[in-house]
Amino acid sequence: MGDFLGYLKTNVTPGEAGNYLWATIYILIIFALVSVCVMLMTYAERKILAHMQIRLGPMRTGPHGLLQPIADALKLMLKEDIMPAEADKLVFWFAPVSVMMIAFTVYLVIPFGRTHAVTDMNIGILFMLGVSSLGVLGIIMAGWASNSHYPMMGALRSSAQMVSYEIAMGLAIISAVLMTSLQTGTGTLSMIGIVESQFHQHTWFVFSGWGLGFLAFVIFAIAMIAETNRAPFDLPEAESELVAGFHTEYSGFRWSLFFLGEYTAMIAVSSIAVTLWLGGWLRPFPNALSGNNWDTAFNLLPGLTFVGLSLWCVIGGFRMPKIRQLAIQRIGLILFGAFLGLIGLVMLAPGVRERVQDIYWFAMKVSVFMFLYIWYRATFPRYRFDQLMHVGWKVLLPTSLGVLMGTALWGVLR
Amino acid sequence: MSDAKIYSQLESISSSEKPFLDSSELILNMGPQHPSTHGVLRVVLKLDGEKVLGTECVIGYLHRGVEKIAENRTYAQFNPYVDRMDYVAAVSNGLGYCESVEKLLNVVAPERAQHIRVILTELNRIASHQVWLGTHALDIGAITPLFYTFRDREEVLKIFEKYCGARLTTHAFRIGGCQYETYEGFEKECLKFCDFVLPKIDEYEELLTTNRIWIERTKGVGVITAEECIALGATGPVIRGSGVRWDIRKAQPYSGYQKFDFDIPIGTAGDTYDRYLVRIEEMRQSVRIIRQAVEALPEGPIMAKVPKVLKPPVGEIYHSIEAPKGELGYFIVSDGSTQPYRVRVRPPSFVNLQALDLMVRGRLVADVVAVIGTLDIVLGEVDR
Amino acid sequence: MPDETKGNDQPSPVEAGGNAAPERPATPAPPAKPAVPPAAKPAAPAAAAPPKPAVPPKAPVPTPQPWESALVTRLKGQYGSGIREASTYLGQNYFVVDPTILTDILRILRDDERYDYCVDVTAVHYPKREEAQFEVIWILYSFAHNTRLRVKTQIKEGQEVPSSVPLWPTANWLEREVFDMFGIQFTGHPDMRRILLPEGWKGHPLRKDYDILLQDKEWVQINLGIESGQ
Repeated sequence: MGDFLGYLKTNVTPGEAGNYLWATIYILIIFALVSVCVMLMTYAERKILAHMQIRLGPMRTGPHGLLQPIADALKLMLKEDIMPAEADKLVFWFAPVSVMMIAFTVYLVIPFGRTHAVTDMNIGILFMLGVSSLGVLGIIMAGWASNSHYPMMGALRSSAQMVSYEIAMGLAIISAVLMTSLQTGTGTLSMIGIVESQFHQHTWFVFSGWGLGFLAFVIFAIAMIAETNRAPFDLPEAESELVAGFHTEYSGFRWSLFFLGEYTAMIAVSSIAVTLWLGGWLRPFPNALSGNNWDTAFNLLPGLTFVGLSLWCVIGGFRMPKIRQLAIQRIGLILFGAFLGLIGLVMLAPGVRERVQDIYWFAMKVSVFMFLYIWYRATFPRYRFDQLMHVGWKVLLPTSLGVLMGTALWGVLR
Repeated sequence: MSDAKIYSQLESISSSEKPFLDSSELILNMGPQHPSTHGVLRVVLKLDGEKVLGTECVIGYLHRGVEKIAENRTYAQFNPYVDRMDYVAAVSNGLGYCESVEKLLNVVAPERAQHIRVILTELNRIASHQVWLGTHALDIGAITPLFYTFRDREEVLKIFEKYCGARLTTHAFRIGGCQYETYEGFEKECLKFCDFVLPKIDEYEELLTTNRIWIERTKGVGVITAEECIALGATGPVIRGSGVRWDIRKAQPYSGYQKFDFDIPIGTAGDTYDRYLVRIEEMRQSVRIIRQAVEALPEGPIMAKVPKVLKPPVGEIYHSIEAPKGELGYFIVSDGSTQPYRVRVRPPSFVNLQALDLMVRGRLVADVVAVIGTLDIVLGEVDR
Repeated sequence: MPDETKGNDQPSPVEAGGNAAPERPATPAPPAKPAVPPAAKPAAPAAAAPPKPAVPPKAPVPTPQPWESALVTRLKGQYGSGIREASTYLGQNYFVVDPTILTDILRILRDDERYDYCVDVTAVHYPKREEAQFEVIWILYSFAHNTRLRVKTQIKEGQEVPSSVPLWPTANWLEREVFDMFGIQFTGHPDMRRILLPEGWKGHPLRKDYDILLQDKEWVQINLGIESGQ
């Protein structure tokens, strides 16, 4: 069952250690933290999108809109729950729940660090591919249950899109998996194993293979945007044509479950990309710049990041106009800065800073992907549906096949 | 009851072949409330899957009876009403109406008034095209240009507000000239705006013109040939995008346009992409015209000698101008009294919208939205 | 270009712009210049701005003048009395033709005289006239000649006009609007129904004898069961 304190002395994941108690604790922590991350993502999206559109975004709810996600969550929970009279009630209820659950299930295999994963399945990648394919089911259920034109068309489009891009995704993943076998002769499907093989090969897979790794990474990066129905592949949700696609008839809390599921899936597939090609939780140059001094220098970075952020908040707070109406916001921003600074100082403490490393680098890499998601949404127009399918089947699929064969050839010739 | 008629209309259109497995045809209603139909336009589509087999436009939701109202107002009293038709390009509407009545009265506005009219009309052309670009890009999915164009349009609206007090429905001109003298610093601000907006137009182009997705969404979409344009009466950037170099400012100049040097951009393929390029280039040409007009702004009166009570002699006249949307014409019949006997407004958007059915047959649903955007319709003008 | 006096200048709005011709083989013949209405006395004293400007004599009120041109001669030769009138007013030319020969005239204008663009189709209601209360007007434009032309026909209440949709597809909605606003039926129109007003609207608004309360009274009678509240 679970040896509570005994587990802490091991350096394996709870799954490997057979410790169900800690596995459950990890699952709950992941659930909570990913939900918090989704809330932060909604805030980040609004602010970054706004700044790219030369406006400010939320500024009033809390200093610089920091309390906006909480306001949004409260609003969605308190909204009236409308169910169309003609809707299929059970399926209508189940669809958003299933989408969300499936999105979260992927996190069972995502490693945030060497020991910071729920389990290390030896078929980790296969599990992730299989589970993410189930997401299509939830969308079709939603479109069907709403019993109206627009959601039906949106659901059909969305499911066709997701299925098409999964193939390219899968082939790109196989290329990465092939690369794990280069040094040892045996590859691995386990997520932790993939990162470890990047560590042993002294390179992130995105840089290896004379550009083949990079190409596979690019294919996966494009396919994952289509998987999660984000711009420029967001035709199923296109406001201007289908009102809101498959979630037209959902309001309030049910809609927020869809929302949650979409963002969770975004973070999940970004984590996959990071694990497979960008070295997962590895810090830059773990082999080349090794040794105690380098380790300590890199260990200081998480703490310094938070301290830097807190300084930015505090200085921003002091620079706010000194008028009475903004007094609460000033104080709020300075306090928030102080809170961040406290976290930063804790992270600089010698015992903590080694343990935080893995998660920090993983989070940084995933954040870059999140920023790219938002950047694409601000910049690109939307693909029309047939063009979308054209890209998926006629461009990405042959390219990923070519990359796969190239990787195999390169591996054999090495 | 009207729906039954519309659907029976569309029933007669069906897929060209009836294959063994006959797919059923869907009638989809892009109703008057829709994020992309630029106002209260209802388009009923007959679809075969995603392909559009036929369309039916239902208009009249914004019909306010402007032509009937005109028969009960004096000529000067009707002037503010024309702004409300194409409310995005109100200054052009006012120009067309004032010039028509001036023709009827056999009066010509003084030169200074003509220059001021040209400057404001071209500023309005830029503003109208900015609204068009923002909303058209938004419909196709690029959400950012909307904010850029509306932000830059603010500068035009500031000039309008300083000149005549209103941003949108300006009522800028009077019959016989202009009422307001230009304010202190008007010329400087116009020139500053010209310098301000040219790099912004480049910015809009940078986001869209070479963007692969934009090109795929707009090239070959909504093609209309020059013959079809002429047969359907489509004017403005629609006909220029199809390759016909025709612009009323050059063909039958009015208000002193013959003094200014500018080009007429045309396209070749008659598709959405070419119309987009034509309008972008028109914005640049408008800047050119404004610069020339400001630099050559003469001194003099701004109002011709017209009687206080306008009583044009019995007769009728048709006069048209090149509004941002196309040929905007006024057909005014006078019976010698202070109120016009009949005012007919020939709206460019109304006639251009007829071309929708032709441009959209055989294409996909997503293209309907793009084509409505590229026709640049304003429902206030379609319905009057 | 313009003086500031009223009535003495004759602006000719229909000038052939140099670079107006579209990218088609340009017509070599010079455009048909309309006859300029008789010029009034020149406004020399007023334009010179002497210290005490003489009051310019009252300009004669412009009236429609007969229009002489090759086109008119051709058409009159063919149709004689069918062309009731060919005049020009303030530089704009128009025909008034019989409804019976209307289609032929329009076809000749479109094909032979190259008035290929139908700008507008509209109507005016003259209830005080005895013989023909409605005037239906086609405004045509020729790209080749860069001129405009109006073709008018006068019809009675209830009389139908042949539709010009076979000639110019643009007339489809334009004629629907004329029907909607005036009640004039166009024979041969593929889809004669209201366009701007809803299907069941009573009356045709742009007629001079349109009762604005007709629609309201009917609705009140049907739905509220009382006579009109107006």
